[in-house]
Amino acid sequence: MGKEHVDMNTPVIEMRNIVKKFGDFTANDGINLTVHKGEIHAILGENGAGKSTLMNQLYGLIRPTSGDILVRGQKIEMNNPRDAIAAGIGMVHQHFMLIQPFTVTENIVLGTEPVNGIKLDMVKARQNVLDISEKYGLSIDPDARIEDISVGMQQRVEILKALYRGAEILILDEPTSSLTPQEILELIQIMHKLTEDGKSIILITHKLKEIKESADFCTIIRLGKYISTVDVDTVTESDLANMMVGRNVTFKVDKPEMEPGEVVLEVKDLHAKDYRDVEILKGLNLKVRRNEIVGIAGIDGNGQTELVEIITGLKKATAGDVLVNGVSVCNKTPHFGFEHGVSSIPADRQKHGLVLAHSVEDNLILQNYKKDPYAKRSILQRGPIFSHAQEAIGKFDIRPGGSEKRPAGTLSGGNQQKVIIAREVYNDKDLLIAVNPTRGLDVGAIEYVHGYLVEQRNKGKAILLVSFELDEIMSLSDVIDVIFDGRIVSRVPGKEADEKTLGLMMAGGGKA
Amino acid sequence: MKKKRSVIEIISSVRFIHILLAIILGFAVGALFLAVMGVSVGDAYGKLLDSVTTVKGISYVIVYATPYILTGLSVAFSFKTGVFNIGAEGQFVVGSMAAAVTGILLKDLPKPALIPLCFLAAMAAGALWGIIVGTLKTKWGINEVLAMIMFNWIAFYLSNYIAGLPGIKNTGTAEATQTISENARTLLSKQTIADLGLAPTANWGILVALIAMILVWFIIEKTTLGYELKAVGSNRFAAEYGGIGVNRSILTALAISGALAGLGGSLQVMGMGSRISIFSAQEGFGFGGIVVALIGCSNPFGALAAGLFYGALTYGGSKLNLVGAPTQLISVIVGTVVFFIAISVIFERLGGGIRARRNAVAREDKEKREAAKKPPLEEAKEPPAEAAGSGGAPEEEGKEGEAK
Amino acid sequence: MTDVINSLGILLFATLAYGTPLIYASLGSCFSEISGVVNIGIEGMMTAGAFTGTVTAYFTGSPWIGFLCGGLAGMLFGALHALATVRLGADQTIAGTAINMLGPGLVIMIARVLFNSTDTIPLTPEQRMPRLLTGVFDTGTTFGRFMDNVFSTYASTYLVFLAVIIVWFVFYKTRFGLRMRACGEHPEACETLGINVLKTRFLCVCMSGFLAGLGGACVTMAISNQFRPISIVGQGFIAIAAVIFGKFRPHGALVGCLLFGFCSGLKTVLGGSSGIDTQLISMIPYVVTVLVLILFVGKSRVPSASGKPFIKAR
Repeated sequence: MGKEHVDMNTPVIEMRNIVKKFGDFTANDGINLTVHKGEIHAILGENGAGKSTLMNQLYGLIRPTSGDILVRGQKIEMNNPRDAIAAGIGMVHQHFMLIQPFTVTENIVLGTEPVNGIKLDMVKARQNVLDISEKYGLSIDPDARIEDISVGMQQRVEILKALYRGAEILILDEPTSSLTPQEILELIQIMHKLTEDGKSIILITHKLKEIKESADFCTIIRLGKYISTVDVDTVTESDLANMMVGRNVTFKVDKPEMEPGEVVLEVKDLHAKDYRDVEILKGLNLKVRRNEIVGIAGIDGNGQTELVEIITGLKKATAGDVLVNGVSVCNKTPHFGFEHGVSSIPADRQKHGLVLAHSVEDNLILQNYKKDPYAKRSILQRGPIFSHAQEAIGKFDIRPGGSEKRPAGTLSGGNQQKVIIAREVYNDKDLLIAVNPTRGLDVGAIEYVHGYLVEQRNKGKAILLVSFELDEIMSLSDVIDVIFDGRIVSRVPGKEADEKTLGLMMAGGGKA
Repeated sequence: MKKKRSVIEIISSVRFIHILLAIILGFAVGALFLAVMGVSVGDAYGKLLDSVTTVKGISYVIVYATPYILTGLSVAFSFKTGVFNIGAEGQFVVGSMAAAVTGILLKDLPKPALIPLCFLAAMAAGALWGIIVGTLKTKWGINEVLAMIMFNWIAFYLSNYIAGLPGIKNTGTAEATQTISENARTLLSKQTIADLGLAPTANWGILVALIAMILVWFIIEKTTLGYELKAVGSNRFAAEYGGIGVNRSILTALAISGALAGLGGSLQVMGMGSRISIFSAQEGFGFGGIVVALIGCSNPFGALAAGLFYGALTYGGSKLNLVGAPTQLISVIVGTVVFFIAISVIFERLGGGIRARRNAVAREDKEKREAAKKPPLEEAKEPPAEAAGSGGAPEEEGKEGEAK
Repeated sequence: MTDVINSLGILLFATLAYGTPLIYASLGSCFSEISGVVNIGIEGMMTAGAFTGTVTAYFTGSPWIGFLCGGLAGMLFGALHALATVRLGADQTIAGTAINMLGPGLVIMIARVLFNSTDTIPLTPEQRMPRLLTGVFDTGTTFGRFMDNVFSTYASTYLVFLAVIIVWFVFYKTRFGLRMRACGEHPEACETLGINVLKTRFLCVCMSGFLAGLGGACVTMAISNQFRPISIVGQGFIAIAAVIFGKFRPHGALVGCLLFGFCSGLKTVLGGSSGIDTQLISMIPYVVTVLVLILFVGKSRVPSASGKPFIKAR
């Protein structure tokens, strides 16, 4: 779509031979990008390939070391986002740039607020927001606070924010990473509508399917280098994948058939309230058996977080029970759960998984620091702690960048995740809960994490996988439980699952 | 051998150099003010140096420093455990009052019984003050900084109130408590003081401070308790996930901090003070402790060094009017030192810190790339994408075997 | 009955007298905190304001020039704090501690030089903050005396209520206010919208110092009528406490300060007559603050980016 509108003569955006160096590290090494009016142009590359660095230069957040940026044929110095905004460029960041306690209106007008004398004209602001949301068919509640609305809605606010500033060129950075399949479809429709209105869109992503579904052209970047720009209609998904990673890839996980064993985790009629005191779990039932990976598919905010928090002892349930190997771990402490067989790879590794200021070796004994041989009579035993770290680092291929005494915060995301996995595997508990275990990791690390989950399952562990990546759920799970509105609404064998029906169920659209 | 290397490491460490730099700048700014006021810089700093380099001077410095070392340790300990103990002031005050009351009411007890009793009373009172604030924080979510500010004043007026009670109050005209029992004093013998020419209030409180310092270091670095407290201090969520009782840890940390500050209070009254006055303003031992902890990098050994530095300036400063320089010069110098410590990040940035941070980012990206690069070699032989049903398998199986 | 009304009048007068400097300082604290900079240097800024205000009034004979200069002196220290925390990315607590040492140290040192070793700088009636509406009420009647007690008060008190309204308006009704609040919540987002975070925060911290300086000047120019080294003893910290109490909103902080002023006033009224030890009575404001927190206020939401230096990538 949209290719009819292409004006071949003057590209709206042209980035010529962009080089960006941080110290002796070259993040972008001679990248070219040409975007025409009315086109959706995807930028494809793995994590760390330099996509965001490139876009941050286009948006004036950082300055290129060398190379030119042209907007509508005019060379422009992007010193800060104001220059970019003035040139008609808007950006929707992957991590939304929204002020949580502010209203939708306040967020949209921030920086270009209408005033009446010295007073903010919020009535006019609200009307402007309503006008623009109507114009582009992006309905929102102008008075809602950001902290109260869904992720999909927040993204609309972000897009409106850019349009409100008169953006002609929209940069969308990994826009689908937290959306449901339905919301993704909606987003693609919105994108097409915008290009019909003459806007141009730069879409940063590593999801091939979305590129095929939405984009006209695709520029591929690998390891900071420009690889190629292709007409999306002329290539297949696997062509794109190969260009992205420079090798042949597959996202299938090799998983032998296994007969599930006895029940390890049983969640019975669980009720709980969220932080706003609204009931979020409404009688949830769940079972996970040995040699089984149960995937929880669902849209963020349907009770997954609370479910995991209750099982791991971080949150209290209002009713119901959680049994691990027959012992109730509900409304006890995290330590009690741990002692009775619960281990977990938390969703936010920096917040929940690691003490970033602690050394790698100290992080590896987080739940066991009191136990022999790591401590004797409350005195830490540095010798055994050190040798344990050495062993784990070797076995799990952790690269702590020099020493196991280095703070965990200095490690790369993938290595941080490896530290957590090493710790939880050593903990050797019957139940392993993994929440978004591959978020923000590159392809190599994702394969690695998936391999370990399958291996643990093969060894007889019960695994509960909560992930917002539907692909991950589908490729790993033996059984998929769909969570909606605080309940498990349907249970599908992993092999029979297909994205469309899962997506429908996740949105509350009936049972399989 | 190992110890020696670590001392060299500390001295050559960037942080240490920054603090040295900050101290030099502090004195430079002080000199500037002296010059503006028309006081000879040489006279003033000479007086300062002279007064703290005699035997008597040194003994005074130690006497002055002792309580600050303890409040410094208290604040440093709290920093390590993620709380900002702005309440050391109040803990110090209740500690000194508890020691004084014990030393007055139980005046007939023999020295070996009374002295430990006074210490214990002071530590218990300080710990209690810490625990009250901790409970307000953990039970009702009340901001600890706010609560500590309130409890500093409550301690202040409580101390004044107790000092005025019959049986405690001085029977003479002085607005103060009675002098505490000789048996509760930590003074060196008159003979020793005379022989060595020490300050008349020279006492062995510094030994208690040294023991406290080693204990604090040991708790933080060597024990499971230290592990817990540090974990809660730097990331309470991960600590909770790891099964550490966060609320209990906060209470423990505040209790230990409070006990340290309280002990400092007892050392002050049992050594130099001998009685407690009814004050009209806070004395500032707790706030001094914050400064000591900051200059000492929140490290127990650093707190000792910084405490002595602070003690030397406080004592030396009291001699400054003899050469016509105001005592407050010391506050200006120390304030400047702390200010430069605060902005010492700028030294770091100027000295290549930014480069280091960028290198860290670069390293991370490089690692990612290496990780991304590695598999192709292994998988080069694999058939094209769609056909490769078991692409990830070889690597995983390899790992599986190892993990056993 | 007459006695009760009289006492009430005195109590309200004392509430306002004690509360006024706190309100100025807490408005200052709000400015800084809400833009994302922790400012525990308020105390030092108040001392600077108290001294400068008094000295300027002493030499110029004008309380208003003194009052203004008090604010400017506070602003100078505010700028120093801003330089360290906003421009140089310093630790905000450490920098604030430094300000608290530097402020009093400097001014007392200067005082000793200017006034030849006497610390106390007295003000003549003409140099003090004027009282408004004196003689308007008939102090012969009970009601008149009550009105006189309450309303015949310092100009700085009338001004502070105006200041609360202005600050509230700036925070919630102007472009600058919206932006500064945004900077305290999500500075990166502001940067992407072309808002200059560093400039905004710098201004806010300077403003914070200015208001704290005015608060300090109130203490010496309107209540004690003299400057002494212990004129400012903890009011800055009480003001910070009031801000936390008021959940970082100017009107909330106002309530906190008035509550505190009221309890301090209680001290004055009860002091002589009640037979309760004055030291215990002096404790009341602090105990009441804690109790009110437990019973009514609970947790306060700190601005998300508070305490974190914002460093621009380049």
